[in-house]
Amino acid sequence: MIGRTLLTVAALFLMAPLVVVAGVSFNGSSRMSFPPQNPGLRWYATFFGDPAWTNSVLASLTVAVLAAVLSLSIAFPIAYAGWKHGGRLAHAVRTLGSVPFLLPSVVVAIAFLVFWTAIGHGGKLEDTVISHGVVFAALPIAMLGLGFASVDPALVQAARTMGARDGDVLRTVVLPIVRPYVISGFVFVFVLSLNEYIIAYMVAGFSVQTLPIKVFNNLRMGFQPTMCVGAVLFTLVGVAAFTLIALVGDLPKLLGGKA
Amino acid sequence: MSDAALDTPARVALPWRRDWAPGLLILGWPTLVLLGAFAIPALLLLRVGFANHDASGLWSGGLTLKPYAAVLEPVTGGALKVSIGLALACAAICVVAGFPLTYAITRMGRQAQVAWLVLLLATLTLSEVLITFSWQVMLSKRVGLSTVFVWLGWMDEPDSLSPSVGAVVACLVYLVLPFTVLTLYPGLSRLDRDLVQAARTLGATPARAFLTIVIPATRGPIVSAFVLASVLTIGSYVAPLVLGRPQDWTLAILIARTALSGQDMPSAVALAMLLLVTTVGLVLLAARFGRSRLERA
Repeated sequence: MIGRTLLTVAALFLMAPLVVVAGVSFNGSSRMSFPPQNPGLRWYATFFGDPAWTNSVLASLTVAVLAAVLSLSIAFPIAYAGWKHGGRLAHAVRTLGSVPFLLPSVVVAIAFLVFWTAIGHGGKLEDTVISHGVVFAALPIAMLGLGFASVDPALVQAARTMGARDGDVLRTVVLPIVRPYVISGFVFVFVLSLNEYIIAYMVAGFSVQTLPIKVFNNLRMGFQPTMCVGAVLFTLVGVAAFTLIALVGDLPKLLGGKA
Repeated sequence: MSDAALDTPARVALPWRRDWAPGLLILGWPTLVLLGAFAIPALLLLRVGFANHDASGLWSGGLTLKPYAAVLEPVTGGALKVSIGLALACAAICVVAGFPLTYAITRMGRQAQVAWLVLLLATLTLSEVLITFSWQVMLSKRVGLSTVFVWLGWMDEPDSLSPSVGAVVACLVYLVLPFTVLTLYPGLSRLDRDLVQAARTLGATPARAFLTIVIPATRGPIVSAFVLASVLTIGSYVAPLVLGRPQDWTLAILIARTALSGQDMPSAVALAMLLLVTTVGLVLLAARFGRSRLERA
C-alpha cells in the first residue's frame, strides 16, 4: 500500500514537467498556457521550418553519433584487454577512462576550453565530439566490463581446444555475447552527448550550437513555444533509445539487477 | 570455425590472460586518446591556475599565485556555501525518497520494472537545460503548479514560484533522483528476499522488516547513492542560474562567469580547483563515514 502510493507520487513527479511541456507545445497561440488552447501542430511546423532549429538538431545528432563511436573505440579495447590479459596497464587505462565522468562538468569543461584554445583549435565541431567522447567513455567501459565478465570461460576454452585463434574466439564466441552491451554503451553515450550542455557550450558554444545550447540561449530571451517542441523531441528520442535497449537486451541485468 | 583454423598446428599456448605484448597493442588507441584529450588538458589546467592574467588573450606565461586570490574573496565563499548546501540537501532528499521508491520498483513484475527503468533512464539523460526549462514553465504563474496549490488551498492566488531556493532544489532533485534509484537498484534487486520473509515469519511488520533488515543490508549502496547525488549537484549550473535568485548562485556559475564574461581564465581555473578539491573532500568524507558505520554495525 505504502509502496503503491509512493510509486504513484514518484511517477507524477517524474512525468509532470514532461506532460506540461508537451501540453504547452501543442498550444494554438504563442502564449504559455496549460492545458493547451486551440491545440494544434503549429509550433512543430514552425520548428521544422526554421533552419536555426533544424541545424541545431542536426549539430546535436552529428556530435552525438561521432562521440558515441569515439567512446566505443576507446571502451572496447579497454574492456577486451582487461578481460583477456588483465594486468596493471589495462587497469590504469581503465581508471584514466573512468575519471573524467566523475569530475564536476564545469571543471572538465574549463579543462577542455583551456586545451582547445591553447592548441589554437577552438570552436570546431570535432572539439565537442572529442570532449564528449572522452567524458562519456566511462559508461561503455563499465557496461562492456559487465558484458565480457558474462562470457563463460568454458566456451572460450572449448573454442580454443577446437583450434580457434584469438581472432576467431573474439568473432564467433565473444562478440555475439557482448553485442547487446556494445549497443547499450553506444546508445548511452549518444543520448548523453545529445543532451549535454555545459561542456558543449564552453568548448564551442558559439559556433557549434547544439539543441540544448540553442534552448538555453533562447531561455534568456524569453519564452518561445518552439523550445517546448525541442524538449518534446529529445524526450521522445530518449524514451525510444532506452526502449530499444530494453528490446535488444536485458535492461534490469544491464543495470546490475538480478537477471 | 574455418578449416584453416583447424589445420594450423597447435601453437604453444601462452597462459590465457598473461601475454602482455598484445595487451599493449590493443590498448594503444585508448591510451593515446585519453592521454592526449584528457591527461594533457588536465595538466594544462593545473598550469593555467598559476599563470598571469592576460586581458587580450586568455593567459600569459610566468608563475604566480595571484589567481588563487579569487578563492579567498567573500563572494567565492558564499557561492561555495550555496553549492555545498544544495548538494547535501538534494542528496539527502534523493536518498530518503529514492530508497523506498527503488525498493518498491524491485518488488514489481519484470515488465513494470522495465517500464520504470526506461522512464528513469529517459529523464536521467534528458538535458539539464530542457529539464530546467520544463520546471520554469511548470512553476510559472500562468501554467500548472500554483493553480493546483490554489485549488488545494495552500496558496491564495496563482503566482510564479520561481526564482526561489525551493524551485532550484525541486529541479535538482528531479535531475538526480534517477541516478539515485539506479545506484540503489542493483543492491536492492539482489537483496535476499528470504531475509525479509524470515523477519515477517518471526512477526515483524513490513515497516519493521524494512528498517531492521533491508536498510542495514544495503548500507554500502546507500552511501554510494548519497555520494553520487552530492557530487552531481555540487557542480550544478543551469538550474540555479535559471530558477534561483542571485544569492542562490553556485560556484559553478561563478567559474563560468569568470572564464567567459570575466575573461579571466587563471582565476576561473583556481575556482575550478576549489570546486574539485571540495568534491573530492566530500567523497572521501562520505566514504569514511560509510566505512566507520559499517565497522560499528
